[in-house]
Amino acid sequence: MSVNVRIPTILRTYTGGKSEVPAEGTTLAEVLADLERNHGGIGPRVLDDAGKLRRFVNVYVNDDDVRFAEGLETATPDGAGVSIIPAVAGGC
Amino acid sequence: MARYVTGKMRRKGLAFMAVQTPEKSTGASVSLGPAAALSCRECGERFPLGPIFACEACFGPLEIAYNLPTGDPEGLRKQIEAGPKNIWRYAPLLPVPADVASKPSTNPGYTQLVKADRLARELGVTGSLHIKDDSGNPTHSFKDRVVAIAVEAARAFGFTTLSCSSTGNLAGAVGAAAARAGFRSCVFIPHDLEQGKVVMAAVYGGELVGIEGNYDDVNRFCSELIGDPLGEGWGFVNVNLRPYYGEGSKTLAYEICEQLGWELPDQLVIPIASGSQLTKIDKGLKELIALGLVEDKPYRIFGAQAAGCSPVSRAFQEGHDVVRPVKPDTIAKSLAIGNPADGPYVLDIARRTGGAVDDVDDAQIVDAIKLLARTEGIFAETAGGVTVGVTRKLIEKGLLDPSLTTVVLNTGDGLKTLDAVAPTTGPTATIRPSLDAFRDAGLG
Repeated sequence: MSVNVRIPTILRTYTGGKSEVPAEGTTLAEVLADLERNHGGIGPRVLDDAGKLRRFVNVYVNDDDVRFAEGLETATPDGAGVSIIPAVAGGC
Repeated sequence: MARYVTGKMRRKGLAFMAVQTPEKSTGASVSLGPAAALSCRECGERFPLGPIFACEACFGPLEIAYNLPTGDPEGLRKQIEAGPKNIWRYAPLLPVPADVASKPSTNPGYTQLVKADRLARELGVTGSLHIKDDSGNPTHSFKDRVVAIAVEAARAFGFTTLSCSSTGNLAGAVGAAAARAGFRSCVFIPHDLEQGKVVMAAVYGGELVGIEGNYDDVNRFCSELIGDPLGEGWGFVNVNLRPYYGEGSKTLAYEICEQLGWELPDQLVIPIASGSQLTKIDKGLKELIALGLVEDKPYRIFGAQAAGCSPVSRAFQEGHDVVRPVKPDTIAKSLAIGNPADGPYVLDIARRTGGAVDDVDDAQIVDAIKLLARTEGIFAETAGGVTVGVTRKLIEKGLLDPSLTTVVLNTGDGLKTLDAVAPTTGPTATIRPSLDAFRDAGLG
């Protein structure tokens, strides 16, 4: 399964400045592992030492916040858009 | 438009590209008063002042680290008291240039602290109860405070367009501040906001874009826009300028203490949307103590949410230290942030100070709006109904001590949320213009 991953500005040092990169995987966990293989260093920025999503990272598969879905086990259908976004934004 | 350059920065033995810094004003040359650097609240990593908001290492929130003017509290107090009757009297404690008061600004702040004796009687408060009424700001909400600080950061970083994701009040504040200061503005709101907020956001002449979704959808959109060439050169007050913007809420703490005669209140009841305001008020109180401007004593901070969007309240009640996002469904739209960025910090502060976080449902919010209006002549927006309603609930639960000095925040104006009370509020009677009709209606 191939998906398109949107990379936030602060992680683009790992993708050569690219704002979108392709990745493979049937779940978000697999997609993140594939990202780490191809863009070494990005994984530990998104996941903590226990392998969980860092609390200030939001990840969306298409329009769904994965925290409302299955977290890292959220399915990533072929052609899906995955967005990684800093959570610390908005509000007051 | 500001153009960006990147450079190399070495940290923890690894090479990282430097944070985005505008060509016009590199971190080294930016002069924002006592602001010294940006510091990650999670891991402590420091970065030069710049238009960034999340830590490269851990995604944690960045906040301002200061070199504050210590050593002469009496001199500082006199300097503040001699300053303008707006937030710029606290310029020595804010990330703004020293001459900020001379620049075009909406000049918000120094709103009334109303001693609410009649409300106190209704609630069974025997101590002193005060409403910090921020509906008195230029666009009738506390957002003018935070936006005014963000405008100064936008100037420093060379931005020419101001933007934000907003539940309504912020969009109006950004529109007005941009108009006054000569910026272009383009702001984003959920498409289904109250008419009063939509009109108020649009009237200042900037671009107003309704997004088909809730606030969290708008916020996500803005976070993506900021990383796209379409958003290049934009100062998003609550995204890439968020570390500066948030500091504006400290002025609520400063004013409350100054208006109490340079004393800390015993208890504060503060609304929670993202939770930033509550955390910055706590920061402001701690700064006043550290600077010797107030005598150190314990204070308790209480957070207030609407039941239809209460992820922080729920986490507090359940003893969790993480906040599980929710999908909002409440009339308190200015507080309808289902994924509150500062939620974990609110929990920390409420627990550290011996406070609590609680919530009230929509009917209780409307009741509280009317109670405040009836007893104190203050027409609060729904967020004010939330704080007053939660205050009543906390007293009933024995969590808020009615014998102490308590300050309850009203952060916005009821004229913007007429829909909330209109169904149950209106003329007592409609009669012919005659005394008989007046008498017949039972009004004589």
